[in-house]
Amino acid sequence: MADTPILLREQQYHQIKAVLARLRMDSSAKVVFLVDKDGQEIASQGEVGNLDTTSLASLAAGNVAATGGMAQLIGEKEFPTLSHEGEKESIHISVIGRLLLVIVFDDRSSLGLVKLRSKQVSHQLATMFEEIAAGDFDDDSPFAGITDEDIDSLFS
Amino acid sequence: MTFINYASREINCKIVYYGPGLCGKTTNLQYIFDSTAPQARGKLISLATETDRTLFFDFMPLELGTVRGFKTRFHLYTVPGQVFYDASRKLILKGVDGVVFVADSQEERMDANIESLYNLEENLQSQGYDLMKIPYVLQLNKRDLGNIVPVEDLAAELQRKGEPVVEAVAATGVGVFDTLKAVAKQVLTELRKG
Repeated sequence: MADTPILLREQQYHQIKAVLARLRMDSSAKVVFLVDKDGQEIASQGEVGNLDTTSLASLAAGNVAATGGMAQLIGEKEFPTLSHEGEKESIHISVIGRLLLVIVFDDRSSLGLVKLRSKQVSHQLATMFEEIAAGDFDDDSPFAGITDEDIDSLFS
Repeated sequence: MTFINYASREINCKIVYYGPGLCGKTTNLQYIFDSTAPQARGKLISLATETDRTLFFDFMPLELGTVRGFKTRFHLYTVPGQVFYDASRKLILKGVDGVVFVADSQEERMDANIESLYNLEENLQSQGYDLMKIPYVLQLNKRDLGNIVPVEDLAAELQRKGEPVVEAVAATGVGVFDTLKAVAKQVLTELRKG
């Protein structure tokens, strides 16, 4: 059977966005994302513009999964942080439980600052996500009453 | 793992196309990409070798429409089919909501199909899933070729649990959307169960 769905309520979403906005400011980053380890984007903050955030989320998750696989081959549980430094733009990824905190930054910031600030919020984000993951798929779910016609209408 | 965002009113699901090397997994995605309006899909990301063999995965987000006011987005992935990329295949199955097994109908690929299906069952199990319980579709691809195994024989060998079987020619699009529809329908039906 597939995993239980993760439900992100409106209030929780705005709480996460607020934490990301603060982090973005404190780390002088361009964009800050929170991504699920399976590659689903949860929330983002910053100069998103034309950035393809969906693809970035999927590739970040693939990247973490691949390096996690390498870690296990050499006897490590995982590599908790990954950094990719480019000529102008850089990416820092930290693994927080089943979340990935992805920070895109340029020369207005530095890897040291980004690392420090991400570490500072990781506990808070982990706690918030624990609450989200513990949430019930309750009766008010709009999908409990989903009909075959609803599903068919997607393909018509 | 299905991800439901009440704030942006979106449902995100992950579908993985599995199967032996050169069976047409990437071709399925390529056809969907080519025949979908740009506003309904994102980029097709292909992490391939120089000879166009999938190295890690292909990825494409696809928006199907709205159910009960929620946008349904399917994240479509393929795995690398070649035997030695098993570590990558396992990783891509993490968080999967539905699987399409793309079988190559050619006689000489029968063993490769069986081996890949066995590998799928094993890799799903290693991620804590059971093929018998997960939304699943069997696609019989390359039905336009001359040296193909009859549908009944392929189904007898490869069908596991009465899953939908779709005949396809992915290169020209035959059966591609029927396959996607069959698996998406099962994924959404799972959501109803909660």
